[in-house]
Amino acid sequence: MYAALWRVLPGPARLRVILLLLIAAAVVFALFTWVFPWVDGIVNPFEVTVE
Amino acid sequence: MSVEQPEQPAAPGASTAGERRRISVVGALGELLLMAGALILQFLGWRLWWNDAIMPGQQPTAASDLSTGCLEEARADRTDAPAAEPTDSGEPVVGPESYANGTPFAVMYVPRFGDGSQHSIAEGTGLDVLNSFELAVGHYPGTQMPGQVGNFAIASHRSAYGGGMHEIEQLRLGDAIYIRTRDDWYTYRFRDLEYVTPETVEVLAPVPNIPDLQPTDRLITLTSCYPLYSTAERIIAYGVLESWQPSSTGPPAEITDVVASWES
Repeated sequence: MYAALWRVLPGPARLRVILLLLIAAAVVFALFTWVFPWVDGIVNPFEVTVE
Repeated sequence: MSVEQPEQPAAPGASTAGERRRISVVGALGELLLMAGALILQFLGWRLWWNDAIMPGQQPTAASDLSTGCLEEARADRTDAPAAEPTDSGEPVVGPESYANGTPFAVMYVPRFGDGSQHSIAEGTGLDVLNSFELAVGHYPGTQMPGQVGNFAIASHRSAYGGGMHEIEQLRLGDAIYIRTRDDWYTYRFRDLEYVTPETVEVLAPVPNIPDLQPTDRLITLTSCYPLYSTAERIIAYGVLESWQPSSTGPPAEITDVVASWES
C-alpha cells in the first residue's frame, strides 16, 4: 500500500519525499490532537478518583 | 488499501490499460503490522511524553496566574495594615460552599512535589477538569472547602495530563501542603498514606472511613492512582490543617520567595 501511495504521488522523487513527510506530519498531528485523547478516554477513563 | 503491487518497470502512465498487478498478501500484512507498531509507539509517546511533559506545561503557569490574580484582588481590598501575627487570625474564614463545575478556585502547592508544581484546583472530578491542560486538580463536589471543619478532598493524575500528584508517594510526615484560595492561605501538614480499592468512597467522608462521625478536625485528602501507570488501586494522602492566614498578610513565610517568583 505504501508502494501504491508512492505511485499515486506526482512529481519527481524529491517532491514525493517532501509530500510524504507532509502527509506523515498531518497524520501525526491528527492522531495527537483527536485520536489519542479519544482512545485514552476509552482505555483509561478514570484513574484517580474514588467513586 | 492493502493491495500490494510489484514494482513498476516504467512510469505509472506506461502500464497498459486494464492490466492487473499481482496482490502480495504477505507484503500487505507486513505493512499493516509495521503501521500498527508505529501507531502503538506513537500512542505511548503521546501519553508518556507529549501529554504528560509538554502540553501540561501550562498548568503551573495557569496556577501562578490564578494566585497572582488573587493577590492583586487582596491588595486592592486591603484597607488597613496587615495583621502582624498570622496565628492571631482566629477561625479560618471559609469561602463559598460550592462553585460551578470546572471553576478554578484555589491553588495547591506542595514543596515535596518540586519547584513549579503549583496546580489550580477546580470544582469537579470529571475528565473536563482532570484531563485539562490548565486545571488538572479536581475538588470532589460535596466535600468540604479549604479551611472548613471536615474533609477537603481533591484528586489528580499521577502519570498523565501533568501528573499533579506524581510524587504523592514521596510525602513524609509533616510535609506542607499549601492551599491558596482567593482570600486565604492554608497550611496543611501531611499525616499518612492509605491504599484502598477504587470503590472506597469513605475516604472522602468528613471523618475519613467513619462516615457517621461528626467532624472536629480540618482535613485535606488527596486521591490519585496506585500503582503508578495502573488503575488497580487508589493512593490516599491525608493532611491536617496547621494554620491559615488571610491573603492580605502574604503567603506563609517559608514560601514567600517561591510565591514571589510566580508573579514574574
